[in-house]
Amino acid sequence: MKNNFMEMIDIAVVGAGHAGCEAALACARLGFKTVVFTVSVNSIALMPCNPNIGGSSKGHLVRELDALGGEMGKVIDKTFIQSKMLNQSKGPAVHSLRAQADKAEYTREMRKVLENQKNLTIKQAEICELLTEDAEIGADGHSRKKVIGLKTHTGRTYGCKAVVLCTGTYLRARCLCGETITYTGPNGLQAANYLTESLKSIGVEMLRFKTGTPARIDKRSIDFTKMEEQKGDERVVPFSFTTDPEDIQKDQISCWLTYTNEETHQIIRENLHRSPLYAGVIEGTGPRYCPSIEDKVVKFVDKDRHQVFIEPEGEHTNEMYIGGMSSSLPEEVQYKMYRTVPGLENAQIVRNAYAIEYDCINPVQLKSSLEFKRIDGLFSGGQFNGSSGYEEAAAQGLVAGINAARKLQGKSPLILDRSQAYIGVLIDDLVTKENHEPYRMMTSRAEYRLLLRQDNADIRLTPIGYEIGLIDEERYNRVNEKVRLVDEEVHRLEKTTVGANPKTQEFLQRHGSTELKSGINLAELIKRPELDYEMTAELDPKRPTLAEDVKEQVNINLKYDGYIKRQLQQVKQFKKLEGKRIPEDIDYFQVNSLRKEAVQKLTLYQPLSIGQASRISGVSPADISVLLVYLEQRKG
Amino acid sequence: MKTDTIAAISTPLSSSGIGIVRLSGDEAISVADKIFRKAGGGSLSDAQTHTIHYGRVWDKDGMVDEVLVMLMRSPRSFTTEDTVEINCHGGVYVMKRVLQAALENGAVMAAPGEYTKRAFLNGRIDLSQAEAVMDLIQSQNQYAMEASLAQLGGEVSQKIRELRDQILYEIAYIESALDDPEHISLDGFGDNLYKKIEVLLITCDDLIRSFRNGRIIREGINTVILGKPNAGKSSVMNRILGEERAIVTDIAGTTRDTLEEPVNLGGFSLNMIDTAGIHETEDKVEKIGIERALSSAEKADMILYIIDGLSGASEEDVQLLDRLKEKKTIVLWNKSDQIASEEETVSLQLPINSVYYDELNKLTEKIIPFSAVTGEGLSELIDLIHQMFYDGDIGIKHQFYITNERHVDALREAAESLKLVLESIKDQMPEDFYSIDLMNAYACLGSIIGESVEDDLVNEIFSKFCMGK
Repeated sequence: MKNNFMEMIDIAVVGAGHAGCEAALACARLGFKTVVFTVSVNSIALMPCNPNIGGSSKGHLVRELDALGGEMGKVIDKTFIQSKMLNQSKGPAVHSLRAQADKAEYTREMRKVLENQKNLTIKQAEICELLTEDAEIGADGHSRKKVIGLKTHTGRTYGCKAVVLCTGTYLRARCLCGETITYTGPNGLQAANYLTESLKSIGVEMLRFKTGTPARIDKRSIDFTKMEEQKGDERVVPFSFTTDPEDIQKDQISCWLTYTNEETHQIIRENLHRSPLYAGVIEGTGPRYCPSIEDKVVKFVDKDRHQVFIEPEGEHTNEMYIGGMSSSLPEEVQYKMYRTVPGLENAQIVRNAYAIEYDCINPVQLKSSLEFKRIDGLFSGGQFNGSSGYEEAAAQGLVAGINAARKLQGKSPLILDRSQAYIGVLIDDLVTKENHEPYRMMTSRAEYRLLLRQDNADIRLTPIGYEIGLIDEERYNRVNEKVRLVDEEVHRLEKTTVGANPKTQEFLQRHGSTELKSGINLAELIKRPELDYEMTAELDPKRPTLAEDVKEQVNINLKYDGYIKRQLQQVKQFKKLEGKRIPEDIDYFQVNSLRKEAVQKLTLYQPLSIGQASRISGVSPADISVLLVYLEQRKG
Repeated sequence: MKTDTIAAISTPLSSSGIGIVRLSGDEAISVADKIFRKAGGGSLSDAQTHTIHYGRVWDKDGMVDEVLVMLMRSPRSFTTEDTVEINCHGGVYVMKRVLQAALENGAVMAAPGEYTKRAFLNGRIDLSQAEAVMDLIQSQNQYAMEASLAQLGGEVSQKIRELRDQILYEIAYIESALDDPEHISLDGFGDNLYKKIEVLLITCDDLIRSFRNGRIIREGINTVILGKPNAGKSSVMNRILGEERAIVTDIAGTTRDTLEEPVNLGGFSLNMIDTAGIHETEDKVEKIGIERALSSAEKADMILYIIDGLSGASEEDVQLLDRLKEKKTIVLWNKSDQIASEEETVSLQLPINSVYYDELNKLTEKIIPFSAVTGEGLSELIDLIHQMFYDGDIGIKHQFYITNERHVDALREAAESLKLVLESIKDQMPEDFYSIDLMNAYACLGSIIGESVEDDLVNEIFSKFCMGK
């Protein structure tokens, strides 16, 4: 079998959703002969749920992905129909870009990129078996396997050096709409029913998660006069740092806001026993942050209404996504329920809401590189890893793809830590924390979010993308130049003094700011809550002409200087613990005075560093002290 | 901003000639520079390793002590980190103030055995000592347990849990709104939060204050003796001490420094601090003494205010007592023996005859006729103190209290963080900045009851707020 593959390639990517696309592109762009397998070529980069990219913290992920050389940002910039910067009244750390996508266009555009990518082949096939051989016993004494190829359902075999699994919600998928159960993936697409068994047979631990999506309703049956219009921003900001903002200013399509009411809730309550979730039919664990309307009504009894966002699925379709009302109630109840909502009285449902269950893995089995701890050459990303969301998937796909390629290059894996990127937080959370539901990114998960802003993702990560080989020299130089200009301007402002003269005082008065007693440098002035960089231009005759993105960085760096410094101090301490590596061959059973629970958890998670160990639930600060002492002893 | 630079008193906590407060860590020198003013100027940051510097330690209330500071730069120190040892006068009160100043300027309280642990981790101690270090760390584990559970009364941990729950709810509210701005609004949130935090701060302050009561039981009542020059403060102190300690002369202004002495009075102890006489003075050296006396009084649990019965009370006395009216003050009407024996002298008077009698009575607990010579009034004084501190309105016997220095340190930091939130609200900072300091307050309070942050926030967000599509 081993030497008898029908085709030899470098890397196989299983699945062509948001994770698979990024993984495949990264591998091919880094020069490896890559095949991406999908159950249906029509489902490449499909958006089977909400019709948007970005949003709070997810927008950060897309920006970071872009800075590392990913594709998602570029594609959404070409295919959006509405765009909004969320949280603009809040601090810069939580500004988040969100764009409504034309779903069909998005899929088409991404497919075009894949089809034209050198070294990359698309193959419509269901992978049913992963081919492995025994590998050397690991440093932890556990037996290991090594991936050598895979096999399609139709019997074709491929030999390869690495596999990236991005199966999304397709593994043993089943969709539930009331009592009706169909064994399909999202949108009625064919499920992948065989791979789970193959994975189990090589020792992979599987979990079962669920998620859901609301109905799509025919636009012509909606009365928008009963809803509030939700427009996009006047000035659109692109996701990708390579997109010229001037190129994407265009007419946008509105979304609409309406509300559920007591009547809606009454119908839901009366039919709860018919919801698979409440009838106990669903075995998968669902996400708390994306509750079905049934969940909302049951859990938040005191709320007499819930918001419903009506979002277009694209420019050339009448289908509207009913955000906020995902459900697994039977079809007839869905009709009744949706039709209680103002504006939806005559709603015609194009696609029913449904819940979907699927197999995924417990991501504890992964290293921070997204390679399986005990299967050499096997990587995975996306919903298969127990996450949720297009952006989370794409980010992991990119990292898994990059690391598969780097493994073949003989280079050390790309591991972003929690102080470098939301992507780092995402992966660290997945591989070190117990995960009982599909994991969604949130800004509150990032301890150092003031440093991990969407506006500085290019500064943070472009150099890394360049080093990996996914960012070209020109783009790299441009970011370096930006950094230089920002530093120079901040420095200049710190040295530029304004006197307590009548002109300054008048300016301060006009802006409701306390008058000066003596001269002060401009940097200090900009720190005042009521002032900013732009406003102080009139006091600063020597100010150079700078690009908008440079000015933005100057303003943020100065205005939030105190907070930023505090976070940097925290990062310094964080890095200290991250820097203390734990050798792979450590046997926690040999460490005296570790508590039992800690021994079990540490053995299971195999943290790379003391820092990572300290984040594992069930490992106490005292256990960490014991571990530090033990490691010191070993050195001696 | 807290660092991982640690500080502790490294000599026994009793009155001795010299006491050492030791700092170790990356920021040891910069923290020391914030509280130490070198005689003749210059900073420790510029000084060479293994040098000794003379100067004074200051805290926010003023000068604390004259000290010698030893500077040892990394790696040539016990812990191999930058280390600063402050040699101060060995009074418990002084050492604690120096330590407190360091803590307020960025150092954190060292855990038991932490210097040794660091020395070991940094490769300073050899392997044969490893076992001992293990023991230390285990005792730390046990210590933490005991501190969290046994040392804390059930009521205290209950209070801290309530504080944490409320803080967590507010963070979760902000975070839900940030994650789902279209579903959850923060309009008017800041104003409401401001009021809520003011209430939380009162609870924090109560707990911090309860530390004082806990300390009183454990370490005695910090007692400051005040009075105009030559009112007989030193003689009173000596009478209470039962021995001659302070320099006693008839020349006003002889006692220039605070002297600190612990004395056990059957069931409780007083930590007595004698101070320079208080009066308006042009004498610069003495002026510092007066300011120090007043600042000592600020931190005292009780003040014994001495009035010379021969010259009687003055406007100055009343003014001063008015400044200290928040304090528990007992007036000792001194030289009562002389009042009795020299009744023909017109200047002698009984307290009741003083024109200031009513005001003195209002401003203080009680006026006790006292004689440093015969000991008259001493037993009345002891009974009164007992009544005030053990059965009186402080109600030590019945109240819960914080007894652990680490706990009160964490509480203070939590309170500081809450105050920063108030600042941010006042400065109209965006709401996401509130969560930074709220989270810190939450984590600090958690460290008291031994709970870490983990996934509390995410759980709270999902359970309390309806989010998502």
